[in-house]
Amino acid sequence: MIEQNLSLLLVVIPLLAAPITAILPNGKAPWLVTLVVTWLCLVMAGWQLSVVIDGSVISYELGGWAPPWGIEYRIDALNALVALIVAGIAAITLPYALRSVEKEIPQHQISLFYSAFLLCFVGLLGITQTGDVFNLFVFLEISSLSSYVLIAMGKQRRALTAAYQYLIMGSIGATFLLIGIGLIFAETGTLNMQDLHQRLQPILDHRTVHTGFAFIVVGIALKLALFPLHLWLPNAYKYSPSVISVFLSATATKVAVYIMLRMVFTVFSSDFLRITPTEDIFLLLGAFGVVVASFAAIHQNDIKLILAYSSIAQVSYMVLGIGLASALGVTATLVHVFNHALMKGALFMAAGAIVYRVGSSKFEYLHGIGRQMPWTFTAIFIAGLSLIGIPGTAGFISKWYFVLAAIEQQSWWIAIVIILGSLLSVVYMWKILEVLFYRPAPDKGLHVNKAPASLLVPMWVLVLANIYFGINTELTVGVAETAVKLLGVTAP
Amino acid sequence: MIDIIIGHYNYWVVIFLMMAGFYTVISQGNLIKKIAGLNIFQTSVFLLYISIGYVNEGTTPIIAEGYTKYANPLPHVLILTAIVVGVSTIALGLALIVRIKEAYGTIEEDEIHDQDMSL
Repeated sequence: MIEQNLSLLLVVIPLLAAPITAILPNGKAPWLVTLVVTWLCLVMAGWQLSVVIDGSVISYELGGWAPPWGIEYRIDALNALVALIVAGIAAITLPYALRSVEKEIPQHQISLFYSAFLLCFVGLLGITQTGDVFNLFVFLEISSLSSYVLIAMGKQRRALTAAYQYLIMGSIGATFLLIGIGLIFAETGTLNMQDLHQRLQPILDHRTVHTGFAFIVVGIALKLALFPLHLWLPNAYKYSPSVISVFLSATATKVAVYIMLRMVFTVFSSDFLRITPTEDIFLLLGAFGVVVASFAAIHQNDIKLILAYSSIAQVSYMVLGIGLASALGVTATLVHVFNHALMKGALFMAAGAIVYRVGSSKFEYLHGIGRQMPWTFTAIFIAGLSLIGIPGTAGFISKWYFVLAAIEQQSWWIAIVIILGSLLSVVYMWKILEVLFYRPAPDKGLHVNKAPASLLVPMWVLVLANIYFGINTELTVGVAETAVKLLGVTAP
Repeated sequence: MIDIIIGHYNYWVVIFLMMAGFYTVISQGNLIKKIAGLNIFQTSVFLLYISIGYVNEGTTPIIAEGYTKYANPLPHVLILTAIVVGVSTIALGLALIVRIKEAYGTIEEDEIHDQDMSL
């Protein structure tokens, strides 16, 4: 019985908790409430996935209004998987957050910080649950507005300009999405995704539909930081508080990839991709994104910046998978969405632990730090292997599927780009390891303690998950394949 | 030809406002002017939605005797939500500008850039 209501509860519980957190006294109480809420959501998201893992669908009608008139929350394997990623990363980030937030956020802002965090969380979860395109826009703005606030809470003043830049670009992206939704609404008179799909099929050659699609794709591409619309991302991840770098890098762009999949395959269709040059544009921008962002990462002198550029490159892989537009390609994208959340979560947690002890993520302050923080260093090493795609780690599984998908369609240049991207990631990960381990520590360098256990445990949970999901692919690949079937991706 | 221009004048207004707002966001270096441009850009989309809801010779969507044709009220409701989103975006943007002014002493983009580079 309650299974039918899980989708709504996943949205309502954090939404109600957000204002409660805001009025709690500063201290541990807001953190505790957020912790309980995120773990509750993780349990519900896991439960939801276990219900729909066989390919069934849960539909919830808000206020009892039957779709397509009312808003429908429609859960299939794809929604449930992305919701599980968001809830899972939030639940693992929270134990990490306690110490890190105490250090980085002024005491009087702590309850507001957790309130904004919960709003961002509810926005991202809401996007994954809803089956209504306008409702999706509203949730996207809830998550975006709260993430601007969270980024602006960074210690340095450049956090403010980074948040401002993200606000301008993010709002333009959301407005583009709104224009696109308006245009397809004008053509069909509906906002329900399933209904839109059916009504759009006979009119796929209308120019309004094409214009609407272009606006939607550009709008989402801005949120997704697809090359060349990625300029907001590096500074936003670098200057935000460590906890927020972890949470946003592991969830925000992944949810944007989810929106792209939903819009392209559920609302429009594989057929629509074939009558427009969308596939080629995705492949071209994805390939450029992988190469350009990887080269940019090599030239940075800051751990967080390297990881941010690497995120852009990894998201470009996911776009490549969408561009291949085959069942295998989209499966690879979904598996990578999951695996990248694990590896980037672990890497940003490690970077956050270094910032916690050293106070900076710039290379010049980090010479030889790895020898004094062995657990953090080893975490970066293993998560880095996963990022590169060494067999035995989660990263290998997704890279493997990408290469398979490229070979299946005999797009050899895509396969080459994927491998080149991996080689470039060896270079920038090596650069981090070299500074942390092989550079001699300065003579009068201060002694740095090991990272506290509350930071190390969540980090290592994610690191071990990287290894576990590199060996046992039943959950990731299995769910991804079910989801791809439901998306209706047909081979060209 | 004239029909296309006159008959769709509301859409021409939408396109003009959209481009004017978008151009302002891109070209201006003053942070407040950028926010103003963003606001104009968003407002043009509100007009677009309301234009979509118009039904030829329809009245406002209020049930009354003697009227059978109504404008579609759904876009109006959607736009009420979008206005709220727009207002909060602008408010947050202006709040950020206040903080930027406190931290940098200026709200000109190039001066902020110079200060960041000189560190």
